[in-house]
Amino acid sequence: MLEVNGLSVEVEGKLILDNIHFSIKKGEAAVLFGPNGSGKSTLIKTIMGFAGYEVTKGDIIFKGKKINDFSTEQRVKLGLGIMYQHPPAIRGVKLSQIARVLSKNEKDIRLMSERLALTGHLDRDINLGFSGGEMKRSELFQVILQNPDFLLLDEPESGVDLENIGIMGKVLSDYLRDAAKSALMITHTGYILEYVKAKNSCVMIEGKLWCVGNPKEMFESIRKYGYDKCKECVCPRVK
Amino acid sequence: MSKGEIARHIQPEEKKIISSSGIDISEDMRSATFLQKDSSVVFSRSLSDDVEIMNIHDALKELPDIKNYYGQAFKSLNRDYPLDTEGGYFIRVKKGKTVELPIQACLFLKSQGFQQKVHNIIVVEEGARVYLITGCSASEAAHEGFHLGISEFFVKKDAYLNFTMIHSWREDVSVKPMSISLVEEGASFISNYISLRPVKEITMYPTTVLNGSDARARYNSLILSHPDSFHDIGSRVILKGRNTQAEIIARSVSLGGRVINRGHIKAENKDVTGHLECRGLILSEQGIIHAIPEMETNYRDVNLSHEAAIGKISKDEIEYLCSRGFTAEEAQSIIVRGFMDVDILGLPDMLRQEIDKLENDMLKGSF
Repeated sequence: MLEVNGLSVEVEGKLILDNIHFSIKKGEAAVLFGPNGSGKSTLIKTIMGFAGYEVTKGDIIFKGKKINDFSTEQRVKLGLGIMYQHPPAIRGVKLSQIARVLSKNEKDIRLMSERLALTGHLDRDINLGFSGGEMKRSELFQVILQNPDFLLLDEPESGVDLENIGIMGKVLSDYLRDAAKSALMITHTGYILEYVKAKNSCVMIEGKLWCVGNPKEMFESIRKYGYDKCKECVCPRVK
Repeated sequence: MSKGEIARHIQPEEKKIISSSGIDISEDMRSATFLQKDSSVVFSRSLSDDVEIMNIHDALKELPDIKNYYGQAFKSLNRDYPLDTEGGYFIRVKKGKTVELPIQACLFLKSQGFQQKVHNIIVVEEGARVYLITGCSASEAAHEGFHLGISEFFVKKDAYLNFTMIHSWREDVSVKPMSISLVEEGASFISNYISLRPVKEITMYPTTVLNGSDARARYNSLILSHPDSFHDIGSRVILKGRNTQAEIIARSVSLGGRVINRGHIKAENKDVTGHLECRGLILSEQGIIHAIPEMETNYRDVNLSHEAAIGKISKDEIEYLCSRGFTAEEAQSIIVRGFMDVDILGLPDMLRQEIDKLENDMLKGSF
């Protein structure tokens, strides 16, 4: 589904990602761990084709197509979707307005907004004055209505209370499982792993992928020993 | 009385532009209508027993109490006003009456080079509530036209007036509205101004004086400035009564034109509140937006504040919408459309939808 081969990325002339390789198959979810500033969000933004993330080497292959030169909306049309870590607020643009473009099915919009406790937010300006948790729910709401084949999730649960993590985790795992969708997600808290069955996980440190392993084991090990141990490579090293 | 009679006075080629200024030619959703072309009042009729509407010259002849109003708002502020006006409307809403459907007044420039000068008076009697839409527009032929509109508003005790002025001019027309509103105890005056089409020059600085305690005023404006257009738009509120409140909200988008956004709130009593908000978006390198918010008082117990933000559309917002599948062009138009949000106007649902549709039609293909 998604293949990243020897990807190096610069931001404002500075090398942020260095020779990244990985692939994620249809129906698989993978987890990306790593300390702040290691380049995880850069990887996701590069895959989405955001401005300012310059691919200096390597390829991004999605559904067999090299998408390096695709615009963001072309990538979205091909089936990529992103859940933002910090989405911007847009004045005067209602959440319902975007929802109706993402899905033509009013019933889907209503049911999903009910599941994610967002019915009261539909007529509000998107993300304006939303709490951290409300933003995350609104992001998940939008990306699920968008129905992408591959989800990029940048810290989907940060700032969300435990009850809502449960709600979001259920919505997300149903979506991935029922339609055999794929995902790459960044998490610091690991809570989302309780809900989403991820096959593999990786650790990114200083713009490089270091280890690959079982997500729960890897998370436990990071929790115990910190990221420094990852460099000593308790898991099999990524080539 | 049959509705839609105004249509007989509107040429087929004038319909579109007159409708674009918020005038409902069917009159279905209006309680009274006034139409003036150049200097001639061609139609004036109320469909409600609670609304008086007439040519200002008839009012001057027929109404004994008109002297309490004509020129009096200007006199109260020691301001001069042009006396060489021809036409304009007198509108009065009866005491205690709530008029559900808006009143509409259309001031239309028809002939080339015509200088239209009108004097309007609006009286909302004690406890009455009303919506008034004034639509100003110009014909295809009205090159180099000029419009001067003097308006005096009297919003009596506990009354409510929501005044929406929609300008739909052409690129070589110059416009100069002059207006003063006097608002009594417990009354509210909301003034909405919308200008989305090209114009040569609009200069205005309407003033509201909140004379009575607990009075409220709000000025909202939505301006789209096309290349070679110049808007010098201000709003001033003088908080004279105790516990009065004022809010001035301005949204401007420059497609290459020049906008000066002035705002002035003056607190002349204690326990008053005033807030100015000015937001500007510049979509072209040639565009200029100049925000000048002013606040003034010599009292301690007042609460005056302002916020102003001008800039281009944020790249993050465009990218965000692109990540939902919109093209960059679609994203820009959604953001600008949202920025010009009619929700800030505080209109009832029916009118809000109407203005929203009007704005959609006007903005389509503008950028």
